[in-house]
Amino acid sequence: MATASVATHDTAHDHHDHEHHDNFVTKYIFTTDHKMIGKQFLITGIFWALIGGLLSILFRLQLGFPDMNLEWLRPLLGGWITETGQLDQTFYLALVTMHGTIMVFFVLTAGLSGTFSNFLIPLQIGARDMASGFMNMLSYWFFFISSVIMFISLFIKTGPAGGGWVVYPPLSALEQAIPGSGLGMTLWLIAMTFFIASSLLGGINYITTVINLRTKGMSFSRLPLTIWAFFLTAVIGLLSFPVLFAAALLLVFDRSFGTSFYLSDIYIGGEALPNTGGSPVLYQHLFWFLGHPEVYIVLLPALGITSEVIATNSRKPIFGYKAMIISMLGITILSFIVWAHHMFVSGMNPFLGSIFMFLTLIIAIPSAVKVFNYLTTLWRGNLIFTPAMLFSIGLVSFFISGGLTGIFLGNSAIDIQLHDTYFVVAHFHLVMGSASFFGMVAGIYHWFPKMFGRMMDARLGYVHFWLTFVGVYMVFFPMHYIGIAGFPRRYYSWTGFEFSNMYTDLNMFVSVAAIITFAAQFIFLFNFFYSMYRGRKASQNPWRSNTLEWTTPIHPGHGNWPGEIPTVYRWPYDYSKPGAKEDFIPQTVPLSATPESNLPHEQELVKLELEIMKEESEALVANEAKES
Amino acid sequence: MEKELKYVDLVEQPISMHPKKFALWLFMVTVVMIFAALTSAYIVRQAEGNWLEYDLPEIFWVTSGIVLLSSVFLHWAYISAKKDNLLQLRIGMSIAVLLGIAFLVGQWYSWVALVDRQVFFVGNPSGSFLYVFTGLHGLHLISGVIFLIIVLISSFRYKVHSQSMDTMEMATTYWHFLGGLWIYLFMFLLLNH
Repeated sequence: MATASVATHDTAHDHHDHEHHDNFVTKYIFTTDHKMIGKQFLITGIFWALIGGLLSILFRLQLGFPDMNLEWLRPLLGGWITETGQLDQTFYLALVTMHGTIMVFFVLTAGLSGTFSNFLIPLQIGARDMASGFMNMLSYWFFFISSVIMFISLFIKTGPAGGGWVVYPPLSALEQAIPGSGLGMTLWLIAMTFFIASSLLGGINYITTVINLRTKGMSFSRLPLTIWAFFLTAVIGLLSFPVLFAAALLLVFDRSFGTSFYLSDIYIGGEALPNTGGSPVLYQHLFWFLGHPEVYIVLLPALGITSEVIATNSRKPIFGYKAMIISMLGITILSFIVWAHHMFVSGMNPFLGSIFMFLTLIIAIPSAVKVFNYLTTLWRGNLIFTPAMLFSIGLVSFFISGGLTGIFLGNSAIDIQLHDTYFVVAHFHLVMGSASFFGMVAGIYHWFPKMFGRMMDARLGYVHFWLTFVGVYMVFFPMHYIGIAGFPRRYYSWTGFEFSNMYTDLNMFVSVAAIITFAAQFIFLFNFFYSMYRGRKASQNPWRSNTLEWTTPIHPGHGNWPGEIPTVYRWPYDYSKPGAKEDFIPQTVPLSATPESNLPHEQELVKLELEIMKEESEALVANEAKES
Repeated sequence: MEKELKYVDLVEQPISMHPKKFALWLFMVTVVMIFAALTSAYIVRQAEGNWLEYDLPEIFWVTSGIVLLSSVFLHWAYISAKKDNLLQLRIGMSIAVLLGIAFLVGQWYSWVALVDRQVFFVGNPSGSFLYVFTGLHGLHLISGVIFLIIVLISSFRYKVHSQSMDTMEMATTYWHFLGGLWIYLFMFLLLNH
């Protein structure tokens, strides 16, 4: 009860204030409105995606065209181009590291989860705003500080961190190791600390909001699958990010204070370092305890968005709603007990490896359930191929093709051959990178009308989709072959070894495909910014969808609904219900209003529903009478 | 405005807690995870051998007693606030704050004791871990003391009483949690030494 009245108080306040008190700063910069914060995360995420993509193009140039003269990049890269016109070798490592860090954390965690959890949770559960608007604002600004620090680290003289996005010690712990382990690594650690704080503030807010601020009738069994996904993502983040913090803290002590948590018996130039008694494998355990759940932090929101988009555009209820929830719960729990499959070749106990292999392969079950449910939702649906729908189907495709290779990699014996080869790169770029990216893009196309009140151009969307979809397969499919042949990831050059010489053509092909795919993203960028100002004006419910966000005005103010928050009477997937007049029934339509389409058990619920509504209106009348 | 307020008051929330209290619980979950990670790292590292053995500072027994006692006084203050006994509330809270500071001082002397035993922050991880445990817990405890002081000040402004217990409840929860966390760490160290 306390919650409800607090929420109302805020709203009433907002209604009076936002007409004349919102200036530029409180509306666009230090805003506490979840919708604007979501957009801030989105714009920052897009910025980082461009940087991250550009870095990958730079190192793809080196991999595909090792003899190319890169003198023309000197204006951008300066001293990182050597005198012979080649890419500097340590800078190559920094590029790979920063590409990974940026894409995993800044784009697919903050850009995806930050955007859509913020934007959609209050709108879809029927809340005025997040539980704490201030904490939400703080979450964005911590992310912003983190972004600034990480961005600055790209430009320092010794270059950004270069030890791989996993920053394993001792490479990352010793300044003497590579130039990137100096100031670049320090900035990396500071930036990640702010990032962790931002994620935790956001996550605490998402969980609190979903549990405490749902509108009347919005039981957990009526939540859209998007909200389930965001909720579980936040739970995973809440449990795993503190562990990364612990790992990073010990690394900071090793780097700056001379402790030996991860360092032991290291000789540099024949001289022994004073550190003894540390264990680098300890870092790997701590890191992957975050690192593996992080995969699902990245993936689950995309899967949630896909569930919503596919059900809406198939005009069919999602197949197996409960199975979807249970499999997401399963993934959440399993994600915490499989981390050591990243460490099969780290020298850990092979018996332990078998246990982790077994647990890892179990994840195939909930994943397969989800894929099955997507396909059966599509099966014989009245498919409407909006760009969002295409990207969602694309996600399912990547999830299958990338997921299958996960079964190989999860085997501790096969992993001996495949570990740290391009096979791994192909696997996770398909199943986690591209799939999540497609989920994010699908979400943008789908909710753009709600964000900006205008539609994105569908034809440009189709061009964007086909170029990206084909492009992604062109880039990552050949990598499987290179990986099976045994070529390790993160290597600067292919020409140094006999066995990999023959792959130069394939690499050239991959690089060209990568450049085309990257270029195709500018179609999206143009579409995004052009449509924001010049796009066709959106109607209130352009996709004829059931969820609550489409009951708000086209340009919702701070507080989302001008009047009362609507009550929810049904689950969000009543599409094409037999007997119904339209092929969708929004969640706000009472069962008593649709006697023609109610199922027998729902007819029973109608009586209960009418009773509750009667009681409520009596109470309301009594209250009004008391007041006057 | 009034009408709307009344209407929404009628709405029943399926499960609901005070959002800030709930957020505090979630924050404590993250703290638990940090220390769970560190203590399991301790066990993993210890199992690998090359582990310096030394006696824990005896002062830990004293500081553990202090932190428990401060929790007792804070709880007494909490119950007094519920009964609108503002004098007892202020006395109880003040003692709890003082004991909290005494705990921090005691933890500092545990470091002095460690240095006396030639166990330094830089050196064998067995000693470094102890500094990290106590240091990180101490940082959290400082945040707890600050929280208590804020509530103590508002209690002098008559803002804490039986009708306005939210911040007091949160401060009490957090303080008990921090005390419990220290007892866990101490027990852990006693058992895994």
